[in-house]
Amino acid sequence: MIRAENIFKDFSGQVVLSDVSCSFEAGKANLIIGRSGAGKTVFLKILIGLLKPTSGKVWFGDTSLFDLDKQQLRELRMQIGMLFQGSALFDSMTVEDNIRFPLDMFSKMTRGEKNKRVDYCLERVNLAGNNKKYPSELSGGMQKRVGIARAIVLKPNYLFCDEPNSGLDPKTAILIDELIYSITRDDKIITIINTHDMNSVMEIGDHIFLLHEGQLAWTGSKGEVLTSTNETLESFIFASPFLQRLKRMYAKSVHTI
Amino acid sequence: MTKLLYHFGRYVLWLGQAFRKPERVGMYWKETLRQMNNIGIGSLIIIGVISIFIGAVTAVQFAYQMEGSIIPRYYVGYVVRDMTIIELAPTFSCMLLAGKVGSNLATELGGMRQKEHIDAMEIMGVNTAAYLVQPKLIAALVVVPMLVCIGAFISIIGGYTAVVPTGWFSHGEYIQGLRSFFEPYNVWMMFVKAFVFAFILTTVSCYQGYFVKGGSIELGDASTRAVVFSNILILLSDYIIAMIMTS
Repeated sequence: MIRAENIFKDFSGQVVLSDVSCSFEAGKANLIIGRSGAGKTVFLKILIGLLKPTSGKVWFGDTSLFDLDKQQLRELRMQIGMLFQGSALFDSMTVEDNIRFPLDMFSKMTRGEKNKRVDYCLERVNLAGNNKKYPSELSGGMQKRVGIARAIVLKPNYLFCDEPNSGLDPKTAILIDELIYSITRDDKIITIINTHDMNSVMEIGDHIFLLHEGQLAWTGSKGEVLTSTNETLESFIFASPFLQRLKRMYAKSVHTI
Repeated sequence: MTKLLYHFGRYVLWLGQAFRKPERVGMYWKETLRQMNNIGIGSLIIIGVISIFIGAVTAVQFAYQMEGSIIPRYYVGYVVRDMTIIELAPTFSCMLLAGKVGSNLATELGGMRQKEHIDAMEIMGVNTAAYLVQPKLIAALVVVPMLVCIGAFISIIGGYTAVVPTGWFSHGEYIQGLRSFFEPYNVWMMFVKAFVFAFILTTVSCYQGYFVKGGSIELGDASTRAVVFSNILILLSDYIIAMIMTS
């Protein structure tokens, strides 16, 4: 389990996160949602240790992230996979080299074993046979999938995804969601996804955390989203008149039944 | 002043991190070879071109200054050789490399920072300061002295082509000058300068690129700062080395 405890963060006096506490469970898709500027990315960066909070703690199991020395932090990070918003693939390397990079750096596998693992990860993200392509030759959705393959190549215990669907068409976005979700369930890892994609919320949101103006405004599951009376959640999820109509229709149908 | 001290402190701490033991020597070696090719082969032509002119201008200007004097004519070869070896080849070449290689390194690392490549490596557990700087530094420490040496040799040939075929001096006079008063210590001084300048231009440029924040304007600023600070530090260290090694 990953636990965030009373996280405060400010940049030169401007408060970005204020007293955020929550915990993330294994085998479930934990979604952090919120409007742009709500502090989602800062929170995610704090959870991974790329940013230090002004105060507060992050626990990976019984380990306090910010009390680790550099070597211990590096060892912990080898258990973390991360999918970046822009994929962050190394442009000068092929798909295969990108995925193999963590293996080359840290594993003691033979060349054959590494190739096997790379092929397995590519198959897992439905990109088998694209080994020799460069990132620039791939579409945005394919780049995201290569990013996922690289994130899982070291069999991580924790998977972090920053806006995995941004810039993707709805169909590709659903594919990426399903992929992340199946990896989460099959490998029983702790997955934390930063998103403001409503499809993701309603499809894979096992555990949803709504950040609003730097504070945790609501937590619940995708089933509770439709019945919640939390105003902040409603104004965020059902932002458009179309979705508001849809919610009214849903409420009516439930009432009728 | 506070800003200067802040950057100096951060630079020293960052260097400490950059000199840590590599996670996997093979990976660093591959990257070092790639950088040697980039810095060495990629800079060979430009170093050759400027070196020819350095030698030619030194020879022509010395010839102009010695007109009507009682200085022996063969001194032209001697002056071109020593000027080139002691000062012009290492300093000019490295200032040029600070512009070419330094700005390139700053932009490469800055681009990696902006595209979150460095963050991605950090999260994998890679010591990014070491992985991104060590291979570049080792490559520069090996290749830059070689380039300087080649540059010095080409400068001497440049001096020859400027004054011998044009009839200002005879072949014999120039060669006699080259063979006179040779001090192997001067070559040693050239290599010391080349090593120090290579260290400065690589680490200063990488430092500027590694800590880039913001967008393309900031990346451009970092690249400019890499060249300006490298050149200032090269000239400052040139003076210090000259003071120490000639006293």
